[in-house]
Amino acid sequence: MIYEVIRAERNKLAEVYISALEPDFRKCRLLTMVASDEPETEGGRFVLRYFFATGNERVTVMETVVPEADPTFSSLAAILPAAAWYEREAQDLFGVRPLGHPDPRRLVLHEAYPDGMSPLRKDFPLEGFSQALTPATPAPATTGLKVFTFPQVRGEGVFEIPVGPIHAGVIEPGHFRFQVMGDSILHLEARLFYTHRGVEKRAEGMHVLEGARLAERVCGVCSVSHGLSYAQALESIVGTEVPERALYLRSLAGELERLYNHVSDMSSICSGIGYAYGSAHGARWKETLLQMNGRLIGHRYLRGFVIPGGVTRDLTDGKLEEILRITQDTMLNMEQIVRDMKTNNIAMDRLQGTGILRKDVAEAFAIVGPAARASGLDTDARRDFPYAAYRHLRFDVPLMEEGDVMARLMIRVKEAKQSVELIRQIAEEMPAGAWHTPLGNLPPYRSAVGISESPRGDNVHYVMTGPNNTIYRYRVRSASYANWPVVATCAPGNIMPDFPLINKSFELCYACCDR
Amino acid sequence: MLRLLRPLTITTAARRKERLTIFYVWKRLWKHGLATVKFNEKDLAYPPSPPLKRSIHVRHLDSGSPNDCEWELTALLNPVYDIQRFGFDFVASPRHADMLLVTGGVTRNLEQAVRMTFEATPAPKVIVAIGDDACGKGLVGATYAQIGGVDRILPVDVYVPGDPPTPADILQGMVQAALKFENLHRLL
Repeated sequence: MIYEVIRAERNKLAEVYISALEPDFRKCRLLTMVASDEPETEGGRFVLRYFFATGNERVTVMETVVPEADPTFSSLAAILPAAAWYEREAQDLFGVRPLGHPDPRRLVLHEAYPDGMSPLRKDFPLEGFSQALTPATPAPATTGLKVFTFPQVRGEGVFEIPVGPIHAGVIEPGHFRFQVMGDSILHLEARLFYTHRGVEKRAEGMHVLEGARLAERVCGVCSVSHGLSYAQALESIVGTEVPERALYLRSLAGELERLYNHVSDMSSICSGIGYAYGSAHGARWKETLLQMNGRLIGHRYLRGFVIPGGVTRDLTDGKLEEILRITQDTMLNMEQIVRDMKTNNIAMDRLQGTGILRKDVAEAFAIVGPAARASGLDTDARRDFPYAAYRHLRFDVPLMEEGDVMARLMIRVKEAKQSVELIRQIAEEMPAGAWHTPLGNLPPYRSAVGISESPRGDNVHYVMTGPNNTIYRYRVRSASYANWPVVATCAPGNIMPDFPLINKSFELCYACCDR
Repeated sequence: MLRLLRPLTITTAARRKERLTIFYVWKRLWKHGLATVKFNEKDLAYPPSPPLKRSIHVRHLDSGSPNDCEWELTALLNPVYDIQRFGFDFVASPRHADMLLVTGGVTRNLEQAVRMTFEATPAPKVIVAIGDDACGKGLVGATYAQIGGVDRILPVDVYVPGDPPTPADILQGMVQAALKFENLHRLL
């Protein structure tokens, strides 16, 4: 990966962005933005780094320094909507204020946190705020930016429906505020970050190898991708040459993860429309894949397989054959279910034309993964930033233009088929040799990003090393974080009962967005 | 296998019934190759009966888990585990629930919601903490944003550790909690 660094004045971010980078999605896509507290920096304390993908394996970093005395910078969000959440997060966690931000409400820290708290600053203790509040604790002050107000639609027959954060099903917490007229959604605003656990603060000072365990626990069901992104960031800091066999095994794990997630998504889209045949069979095949993962790889969600420097265990040819047999069998059955569903008029009526994500909106928010490809954005980290063994493997990136629930479902079906084909290629071309190499000592205060394609899109991890092989700053930008802002924009114009379906068609995780 | 971190206070008769119940669940799990340890059938004096006298209504409560425990709970409803045949059912509201399954280490942003859900659940009720984070042994643990353990704010009856615990482990924890619930019900 080639890095190019542009330094910008903190008051001239927008000017530099427009002049030095081309504000066009295809040429310059926002990957992540990382704020960090680096007291030794010249001319300031906080450093903001905007990472843009500017071509294949090219990353351009726009860097700016913010002093402690006047912690403000000019916001990019007005001209680059994709940056909006990152800047709000920096405001919450570091206390650096984006001037001219169109929506400066709090994002990560809700009402339970007092004013003026910046937990990711280095002088804030890890457990600074961990005592359980007693029920009698008065509500904190609601002044200035603390108040979180939802936009309201007024008029005769307009109702507001609050949903969450504790939902009716077995799902994660998030709050949705609908403004409806009859069944039609007029406006939707999602409030997330209920599961903000402080993972990034926990990582600081941790040994880098223990950090690999933490990276896998950012999200329960994208463990391989998170582990890979983290491992690749460390490996590019040290310059480790990972053995070929380990690269193939990593690709195998990545494809197994994609497959079980996509099978699960097909099943949950079926249950979203009440298509019991599809959801029951999908759940059964998902369980088959999870049990196979547990039996052959060692963990149902493939944790503990990818580590910095390689993988933790080898797979015999017999195991590879069994994996191939089970995955091919699963895919044949899933394709049959999708074929049956396509002949069902009621199912098609629910799926087609529902929750359309327009291409210009998708570009503005720089969204990733199957949702982006269903709206015609040609991005795939496996091809654009080749990692593991994807340089040697042959696959296409499926694209569709419709951007509705059906398109997102069909992209997943096509990708799942490709995954099985990739597993076949991996099993056939698996090179012999070692599957792990020691990482060695890490130079302090060096940073890198690692990118890998999870079932939901690319996960970008930023790691800066500290002294004695520890982590100084860790920033996780998961695919869900990039995609969540657009989910609410797809809802207006649809009916209320379709929202769970739209939500499921994106299949975003709350935990790895909130961290 | 289920490891109980806090022993249940139950009578000898209840203990015998508990053994039968676990056997009943276990037999089916073993049949599908899902149980990890084989149960010793000789311990039983008479053939097993259906485990619960009444159905148990269960409510899931996410207090900040990384989504893995949710997937395992969803797996309990799939055709392989199909926990409804044991008399368990997931309900949509805490007001309908006998049992709360709490996953995650209670984040600051969710603390109020967790307390309100607990208060909305009618007594008698049992609380099962699912996963290492909920049991207070998670890797993330106590931070500025997380309390790090359900038992710091709610009375937990059964702990099911694991990262995540398998569906069979969760089911065994639910059976333990259900037996405790029946005991509580008798006392009323």
